[in-house]
Amino acid sequence: MRAFDYIRAGDTAQAVREGAGQETRFIAGGTNLLDLMKLEVMAPERIVDITRLDLGGIEETQDGGLRIGALVTNSDLAADARVRRGWPVLSRALLAGASGQLRNKATTGGNLLQRTRCYYFYDRGEPCNKREPGSGCAAMGGTNRILAILGTSEHCIATHPSDMAVAMRALGARVEVEGQDGTREIALDAFYRLPADTPHIETVLAPGELITAVILPAPAGGRQIYRKVRDRSSYAFALVSVAAVVEVENGRIAKAQLAFGGLGPMPWRDAKVEKALVGEAPSPALFDRAADILLAEARGHGGNDFKIPLTRRTLAAVLSQATEAAA
Amino acid sequence: MQLQLDVNGERHALDLDPRTSLLDALRDHLGLTGSKKGCDHGQCGACTVIVEGRRINSCLTLACMHEGDEITTVEGLGAPDDLSPLQRAFVEHDGYQCGYCTPGQICSATAMLGEIEKGWPSNVTEDLEAQVEASIEEISERMSGNLCRCSCYPGIVDAIRQVAKEEAGA
Repeated sequence: MRAFDYIRAGDTAQAVREGAGQETRFIAGGTNLLDLMKLEVMAPERIVDITRLDLGGIEETQDGGLRIGALVTNSDLAADARVRRGWPVLSRALLAGASGQLRNKATTGGNLLQRTRCYYFYDRGEPCNKREPGSGCAAMGGTNRILAILGTSEHCIATHPSDMAVAMRALGARVEVEGQDGTREIALDAFYRLPADTPHIETVLAPGELITAVILPAPAGGRQIYRKVRDRSSYAFALVSVAAVVEVENGRIAKAQLAFGGLGPMPWRDAKVEKALVGEAPSPALFDRAADILLAEARGHGGNDFKIPLTRRTLAAVLSQATEAAA
Repeated sequence: MQLQLDVNGERHALDLDPRTSLLDALRDHLGLTGSKKGCDHGQCGACTVIVEGRRINSCLTLACMHEGDEITTVEGLGAPDDLSPLQRAFVEHDGYQCGYCTPGQICSATAMLGEIEKGWPSNVTEDLEAQVEASIEEISERMSGNLCRCSCYPGIVDAIRQVAKEEAGA
């Protein structure tokens, strides 16, 4: 690990000021950042410890939603009684991710900002446009079983690894950030950037901007499901995952909020898919049509071709479970 | 940098490079070699310790971030002549072969039983709002962050179940 200056921030204003410096990173849970620093994939010159800031706690908002402090751990968020009752898809997604030890450390803000697990991003002996802009992409013709089929570019086919963020996107979460120019809210829908020709820039955050909270709208109701397909049954990243909030009224789909993990460079959501489902009677043919729309521009790269049919089947399984008549 | 760490009820003054992981501080600077370095990347769980009542991977955190925290390692849970209930149960049930992962398993299981007691659900919990039982399935899922390459999982699960039952009956 390269040497760095360690700064323990006493308040948010100080953190934001220090965080805007060159080659500076915030650290909270540190479970991803320190791993990458050990491998020198990331080598910040300064790290700003934000764990002593007052950014914990989960509060109810005026419109019945939740404001989740950026430092709330994945464990605490998954176990929160209000989340379990009103936003169960979020609890489920969190519990499907990582291990007990990691969930105890990983924070809400950090989880959103975790980096891809693309093998070539981690391997400094290989070119990677995300790690070293302009060096090329070894994943394209390499081992790409775990990588993306949607939203990619010729420069990068990395996936975003989070489970939590997939559920949050299905729920329509917003991200509250504080920067040197004040506080702003960003819809999670507009938080991540596609790789295009700058895969090293992953979000719309400005240098020094600090995530202070995630805001969930009032409970969406419906049936909430998080289905994760992976290579082993615990402690593995998603090959494909689906977060679904679906409501059926009088035999027709009244609401469908769907987000997908393992498919793209960000938790994926496609309004066209949801539009095709709403107002229709659930059927295998309808689910297939929804998959056609979702996967219209999907492109495999050899090793991950299987994700296209796997996504179709996983979506059909989730929609069929979500719309089946209550037993 | 100068810092103090509170480990197993004792305060230690240390002078560490900020890069020092909590694991390296415990092993190399305090001589507490119970916590093991397996992968050093948070994948194996051999380094698991309990900080402020929570199990974490000590390899994936910096010692300097834990000033003032109450840190418990396997040495703080029991001693050869005074084993903790889980340590005794691991011996009784052959919950190890080479023993390298055992301190991490014991620390992890100790805190994990507390998580069940608090009613935290897991990925295999059917009803998110129901009471959780320390079943084989629940224990296996909750211990998935601790690998045992000797594959003593049946013994590990039996040992943990026995202690969960004892505690429930107490």
